[in-house]
Amino acid sequence: MSTKLFTFKGGIHPPHNKSFTQNVPIEDAPAPDIVVIPLSQHIGAPCDSLVAVGDKVKVGQKIGESKAFVSAPVHASVSGTVKKIENRQVPGGAKVNSVIIESDGKYEVHESVQPKGRLEDLSKEDILSIIKEAGMAGMGGATFPTHVKLSPPKDKPIDTLLVNGAECEPYLTADHRIMLEKPEIVLLGTKTIMKALGVSKAYICIENNKPDAIKTLREIAKDEEGIEVVSMVAKYPQGDEKRLINAITGRVVPSGGLPMEVGCVVENVGTVATIGNVIKTGMPCVQRVVTVTGSAVENPKNLYVRLGTLFKDCIEMCGGYKEEPGKIINGGPMMGIAQYTDEVPVIKGTSGILVLNKKEANIPEHSNCILCGKCVDACPVNLMPYKIGRFSLLRNFDGADEYHATDCIECGACSYVCPAKRPLKESISVAKKEILTRRKKAK
Amino acid sequence: MEIKLIGSSSPHIRSDETTQKIMLDVIIALMPALAASMYYFGFKAMVLVLASVISAVVTEYCCQRFMNRPITVTDLSAVVTGILLAFNLPAETPWWIAIVGSAFAIGIVKQVFGGLGFNFLNPALAARAFLMASWPHYLSGGFIDPAVDAVSSATPLALLKGTASGQLPSLWDMFMGNIPGVIGETSAILLLAGGIYLIYRGTIKWIIPVFYIGTVAVIALITDASTLPYHILGGGLILGAFFMATDYSTSPVTDKGKVIFAVGAGLLTMFIRKMGGYPEGVSYSILLMNILTPMIDKYIKPHVFGVATGGKKNEK
Repeated sequence: MSTKLFTFKGGIHPPHNKSFTQNVPIEDAPAPDIVVIPLSQHIGAPCDSLVAVGDKVKVGQKIGESKAFVSAPVHASVSGTVKKIENRQVPGGAKVNSVIIESDGKYEVHESVQPKGRLEDLSKEDILSIIKEAGMAGMGGATFPTHVKLSPPKDKPIDTLLVNGAECEPYLTADHRIMLEKPEIVLLGTKTIMKALGVSKAYICIENNKPDAIKTLREIAKDEEGIEVVSMVAKYPQGDEKRLINAITGRVVPSGGLPMEVGCVVENVGTVATIGNVIKTGMPCVQRVVTVTGSAVENPKNLYVRLGTLFKDCIEMCGGYKEEPGKIINGGPMMGIAQYTDEVPVIKGTSGILVLNKKEANIPEHSNCILCGKCVDACPVNLMPYKIGRFSLLRNFDGADEYHATDCIECGACSYVCPAKRPLKESISVAKKEILTRRKKAK
Repeated sequence: MEIKLIGSSSPHIRSDETTQKIMLDVIIALMPALAASMYYFGFKAMVLVLASVISAVVTEYCCQRFMNRPITVTDLSAVVTGILLAFNLPAETPWWIAIVGSAFAIGIVKQVFGGLGFNFLNPALAARAFLMASWPHYLSGGFIDPAVDAVSSATPLALLKGTASGQLPSLWDMFMGNIPGVIGETSAILLLAGGIYLIYRGTIKWIIPVFYIGTVAVIALITDASTLPYHILGGGLILGAFFMATDYSTSPVTDKGKVIFAVGAGLLTMFIRKMGGYPEGVSYSILLMNILTPMIDKYIKPHVFGVATGGKKNEK
C-alpha cells in the first residue's frame, strides 16, 4: 500500500478543532414533533409538492418531485400528517416552499422502500434511476443532484472516481465518523458509483489527521480491485474537488470547467455512504449525519438526523446552548453560512451545525493592507486576493476580472491569513457575482 | 429563547496573526543589534534610537489626528521605522537630526501617501537619503571606531574604496561589530540572528536576503575575491537585506518578483560601490528597487490554476 502523502500548492493550516466530536460515535437522533422539509434542497429546479395538507405520510414516501432533469425529489423523513405547506427559511438564506409534517412517532416505513438486491444484478441504468429516485444530492454541502453528475455527456469519458473523505473544514467530523463506523456502506456506495460510471479506478481520499479512518478503510478495501485508499496532507482546502483531483491525479481542471473535463467525478463520503444505504435498504435520502459542535454547545455530538429537523432541536438534543450563541453556521467555519435564526431545518447539504460563542463570532476590525503577500501564498488557485479585493472595494470590476476574480473558489483562505483582517474573500465574492451578472447581460 | 446572532460572510474564523504582532516580531529581531549598538556606541546610540522612535510615533499620531484618520500608532509600524532610521545614523549625529529624519519618514514618506502599506519608498531609507542630502557632514562623517573610541574613523568600505586611509579591520571585528559605521549596521552576527528569527517566524521569506547578498557576493568574487567579506559584512548590507529590502509595502508580493527585486538591488549596490561616488550603495539600491516594485508586481503575476497557458496539456 502506498504511503505517499498527496497534496496541492497553497492552502492554510487553521486549528482543526475536531476534538469536540471526533471520538463521539454517531448517535441516532429521535424525530422531533414537527419536521420542515423544503421542496428544494439541491441546485436545480425546485420540486412540486405531491401531498396536500391533511395527508398521512410514511417514512421514505416521495412528497416532492420535478419534471426537470437537474433536480432531486424529496421524501418524508417521518411518518405522520402534513400540517402545512408554506414558505420557510432555509439554511441557504432564501425562503423555500416547504412541507411541514407532524410526526406520529411511529416511524412507519412506506411500502416503496425495498432493498435493491445485489449490486451484481443491477445495470448501469438501474443504478442511475435508483440514485435519482432516492433524491441524492451532494451532501458535502454543494447539493448538486448526483444522478446528473453521474450522467456525463458522451464526449466526456470518465475514468476515475474520487471519494472525498478529506473533511478539511475545521470542527466537522461527520464524514470521519461515517468512514470509521460504516466502512462497508462506504465501500458498497463506492462500488455502486463505479458501476454507474463504468470506471475501474476509485480513490478514497482521506486527510492524514484521520489515521483511524484510513486504517479502517484500507483494511476493508484491501481485496477490492481498483479501489485505493489514499492519505493526504491535512491542509485546507484539501477537500475542494479541483484541489483533490490535482493532488491525487496531477490533472488540472481548466478554469471555469468541471471535473468531468479531466475524466474525474468527485463524490463526498456522506453522499457515497447514503447511496450505499439506498442499495442496501432501499431507504431514500431522508437522514444524514450532522456534526453539532462549537464552544457554545453543551455536549457536541455527531447526530444521525432526520432531514427537516430544526437546528434548534438538534442543539437541544446536544444539551442546548452552553452560553449565549454569537453565530450559528450551516456547515464549517471556513465556507459555512451564518444563520440569523436557529429555526431552519437540516437539509441534504447540512454537514454541520457550528455554534460559536459571542467572542469567537466577533468580526475583527480591519486595517490597511500591508502588502505582506500572505493571501497570495495561501490562495490555492494562485490569485492575488489583495488586488482583487482592492478593485472590488473601488467597484472596478473590470480590474477584478482581469485578475481572474471568477476563478476564486471562495474557500476563504485569504481572509483567514490576513493579518490586517481585511474582508478579502467577501469582497472577491461581490466582484465575482457582479462580473458573472454582467457577462450574462452581455450575452 | 430570543437570540441575537451575528450574520456575516464566511470565513467565520481568522488566524490570530495581526499587523501589530508582525511589527513586534521585527522589533524583537532588531533587539540583538540594538544591544550591540549600545555596547559599542553607548549612551549616544540610546539617545538616537529613543529620539527617532518617539519622533516617529508622535508624527504618526499627529498626522492621523490632523487628517481625521483612525489612529494606528499601536500597530507599532512607526516604532519599527524609528529604530531602523536610528540604525542608519552614525553615533555622533545630533539627536535633532534623528527627530527631523523620523518626522520626514512618517509624515512625508508614509502618511502623505496614505499611511501603512501605501508608501512606495521605505520610510527609513527615504529619510536617510533626505538627511544625507541636507546634512551630509553629519551623515557621512562622525563615525566612531569603537575599538579605539575615536571619532571620524573611516568605514571599512570607505577604506576599500580609497576615499579614506587607514588599516582595514579584522574579519572577526567585522563579524562582531567592532568597527566604525552607523549604529545599527556594525554587528553582522547579531543582525543575522535577528534576520534568521524573522525567517523562522515566517514574518519574512528567505528569498530577498539570500538573492540580494548572493548577488553582491558573486559580483565581489568576480571582480576582486579578496574584498568579498568586506562587501558582505560591511556597508549595512545585512541590515538592508534582512530588514529594509524585505519591507512588505515596498517589495514585490510574488516570489518571482522578490528574486528580480533582490538581484536588482544586489547589482545596483555593487554598481554604486564599484563605480559610483559613494563607498556604500545599500540604501540607494533598495530605494531604486522600491520605485520599480509596482512595475514588477504589475508584470509578475502567479499563474492562475487551470487557466490555459498554451502548450501544456493535461495528461490522461
